[in-house]
Amino acid sequence: MENIQTLENVHTATLEHQAGDHSSFSKKAIWRTFWILLIITIVELGFAILYYETAFLPKHFLNGIFIIGTLAKAFFIIAEFMHLKYEIRNLIMTIAIPATLFVWFLLAFLWDGNSYRNLRNRYDPYHVERSKTPVKNPEKEPGARKPGSME
Amino acid sequence: MAQLVPAGQKWWSGGRSPFNVEYGKLMMWYFLMSDAFTFGAFLISYGTIRFASNSWPDPNQVFRSVPFYGEMNVPLAFVSLMTFILIMSSVTMVLAVGAGHANDKKGVMKWLFFTILGGLAFLGCQAWEWTQLFNEGAWWGRNPFLNIDGTQSTTNFTNFFFTITGFHGFHVFSGVIINIIMLIMTWRGVFEERGHYLMIEKAGLYWHFVDLVWVFVFTCFYLL
Repeated sequence: MENIQTLENVHTATLEHQAGDHSSFSKKAIWRTFWILLIITIVELGFAILYYETAFLPKHFLNGIFIIGTLAKAFFIIAEFMHLKYEIRNLIMTIAIPATLFVWFLLAFLWDGNSYRNLRNRYDPYHVERSKTPVKNPEKEPGARKPGSME
Repeated sequence: MAQLVPAGQKWWSGGRSPFNVEYGKLMMWYFLMSDAFTFGAFLISYGTIRFASNSWPDPNQVFRSVPFYGEMNVPLAFVSLMTFILIMSSVTMVLAVGAGHANDKKGVMKWLFFTILGGLAFLGCQAWEWTQLFNEGAWWGRNPFLNIDGTQSTTNFTNFFFTITGFHGFHVFSGVIINIIMLIMTWRGVFEERGHYLMIEKAGLYWHFVDLVWVFVFTCFYLL
């Protein structure tokens, strides 16, 4: 009996909570998040186009910027739009801890890909030769125009 | 912090959700986790193959067309528009959720309508992009683009591109369907009768997740 009463109390409490906290849905915060996302995207695009036109910054450096920008955007979408920042710690952790598996996932597989390329380049000279020889008549191929980079 | 939780609350002593959300919302979060790992597997395998290749096509070359302007050679312009549309529709979705919190039926309907519109616009853009690439000779198993250093590329690039953007597009499509159902249910007063708009929140979580995935797809295919 006592149990049931507690559950009912909890139920109303939860609903009150759900309906009661308009404050976390302030339009100001939503638009601020929107501007942050937009500005990060525009900056990323700016760097991408700048690289395409002039190639004056090393691509690896730019890739670092792109990845940081992406993670920042992901954080704002999850924290603000998906509202995870305003949930209780238990819920945040039940999402965040499994998500850290991605670190291993990413490192292990990219490492594996890189190792495969190195081994293949080492033991398959035909593959190396073929992958280093430009196609003979690139003018005929669509998308064959070389960009500003001299890679 | 928005949560009004009594100090010293014992979350794990039973009798209540230790996550302080209803069942459906928690399960939506877990579903999204599993979906994140599916997309993660796709994108990481793409990365693995890229790391295993000596060279790769340049996205600025491949994605340089804009509707009605043909070969204008404006790299990434169109995909930026698509990104903007999706971020915008995420904003309208969160405004719909906010309106649901205030039990504002008209607001929910208005913002859901704009979200659906944004989703459809994104799908239209993607259809155009796919058609354009198809007309240039790209498809699963066919890759007309050379690597950035002018060497012959493999079909890995197009296979991954169409599979992953296709899978994402399918998610957008399902999201639009879910939002249309939500709009009809709101219109018919189902949530009003229920007294809360928690269902809109769950649809919103899904929609934001689609936006979140696009952020990663955008980076992996168009920027890196």
